[in-house]
Amino acid sequence: MIAAPLNAAPGLLHMFSHPFIRYGFLAGTGVALACGLVGYFAVLRSQVFTGDALSHAAFTGALAALAFGFDARLGLFGVTVAVALGMGLLGARGRADDVVIGNVFAWLLGLGVFFLAIYTTRRSSGNGAAGPAVLFGSIFGLNAGSARLALILGLATAVVLLALARPLLFASVDEAVAAAQGVPVRIVGLVYLALIGLAAAEGAQVVGALLVLGLLAAPAAAAQRLVERPYAGLALSAGLALAAMWGGLTLSYAAPKLPPSFAIIALASAIYAAAALLPRLRRVVGQGGASPP
Amino acid sequence: MRGGTAPMPLADVGDLSWSWNIGADLQGLFAYHFMVNAFRAGTIVAIAAAVIGWFMVIRGESFVGHTLALVGFPGAAGATLLGVSATFGFFVFSIAAALIIALLPRGNSVRGFSEESAVVGTVQAAALASGFLFISLYHGFLNGVNALLFGSFLGVTDSQVLTLFVLGAAAVIILALTGRPLLFASIDGDVAAANGVPVRWLSSLFLVLLGVAAAEASQITGTLLVFALLVVPAATAQILTPHPLKSLALAVGLGLGITWAGLTAAYYSPYPVGFFITSFAFAAYLLVRIGQGHPWRRAFQHEAKQAPA
Repeated sequence: MIAAPLNAAPGLLHMFSHPFIRYGFLAGTGVALACGLVGYFAVLRSQVFTGDALSHAAFTGALAALAFGFDARLGLFGVTVAVALGMGLLGARGRADDVVIGNVFAWLLGLGVFFLAIYTTRRSSGNGAAGPAVLFGSIFGLNAGSARLALILGLATAVVLLALARPLLFASVDEAVAAAQGVPVRIVGLVYLALIGLAAAEGAQVVGALLVLGLLAAPAAAAQRLVERPYAGLALSAGLALAAMWGGLTLSYAAPKLPPSFAIIALASAIYAAAALLPRLRRVVGQGGASPP
Repeated sequence: MRGGTAPMPLADVGDLSWSWNIGADLQGLFAYHFMVNAFRAGTIVAIAAAVIGWFMVIRGESFVGHTLALVGFPGAAGATLLGVSATFGFFVFSIAAALIIALLPRGNSVRGFSEESAVVGTVQAAALASGFLFISLYHGFLNGVNALLFGSFLGVTDSQVLTLFVLGAAAVIILALTGRPLLFASIDGDVAAANGVPVRWLSSLFLVLLGVAAAEASQITGTLLVFALLVVPAATAQILTPHPLKSLALAVGLGLGITWAGLTAAYYSPYPVGFFITSFAFAAYLLVRIGQGHPWRRAFQHEAKQAPA
């Protein structure tokens, strides 16, 4: 085990001579920025399960587009953002309980499998790996054009979120006071839902629809454990997501048996676990002055 | 779930189209042994999942059930990698995860943000990612991914049916024995504890039973679609009647109906069983929810309330 990275070290220097690695890093950077920033507010506003639901919608959208012969990205982004906005509009009337959410999204996934079956049986060009690729991502399969598009969309999502950060933070911390101060709480919430949809669709291309939840939740939760101040936390969340992304891609290059999406999610989960265990470790060592409540 | 021995039904398509001659169609359904096994397994799973799911919905633990099913995925994929039956992997991982959740200290939310859902999300993603790792280490298994995630009824062996039966029956019997105090503890934990019901112990036991039910349901619906058999029959039955025993029986009936209809539809069509089971379940739930808000029903309830007075 120790010998493997040593042998791989000279190879790592030439990592970027492979175009598929360059494209992976380009797309991954955009996705990590978008997911890290959007995820911070998802954890703050307890909308993690909304992200989960939207990633399911991303799966069904992508396979529906494939089944009807369109570009998968059209369905991916279109359906995900549409479902996000629909949830926002319905949510104003009354909060759906978890049984309803679970029902709707189990059915959405079932519908996705239906489209997958249509795609693999009816289309001669269909290949059997389409389902796993949408579910678990295929970052090293991106071409130059889709990598550039993923980077641009990721950066755009990040810029819109940063522009919205102040009112969104205000609305997240105290919605009533924010509304009284003239913050358009409803519109801010709706735009934020669309941003979660965009981030989920972006992430689905890289780590897959099933794993994007880890990229949304883990870096953000780790950042909120480590830092109290919101803007520092926001930056740290994006930084940790980038670290997991770049580290995971490098790891997967060094050890080709590890699929990149596994390496990325494993690193993100490890970062969260480290952040959660850090205070306990300090307490055991005996340097922590604060007594637990 | 998969097995090389099962005859593929695609060879003679002539026998396999739905003719609306119900008797002949039903005979055709059971012409193959693998289909008989699928119905046996489906029946066992539907009953166990509906009974345990009924308590799960009352206790508000739907997402715990979902998480336990997701944890079964790396178990099943890992078992396949090691050359063991996927059924074994489902049960070991789901029950182990249930034990771990039961042993963890109850979350005291000291910090302001909603970390719990973030932790659940991270655990789910990590479990799915590990399952994906095992699958990619096991080459040539890509069609198996869909079977594990979205269910399959092909190639259920006799020994798998026996495993499902023994574990499902054990779980239902344990639940029947502890049902009364468990219901008490689920509805009002504090009063139950004051009356000497071992609330903490019962909730840990129930988590293990839930692990069994999640693993059983994963066999038919796949890891991702367990909601269709675990939640929907129970939630639908509880809308229809508030009486515990009646709604429990109704949940079992609904679960059986959804499973049998789903298996039949999947047999006579090229589409996967997970799609049909989730669609039938969703349709049943939607019908009941719409019927619940219907003016006729409200008028009927109004009359029923007035009548005894």
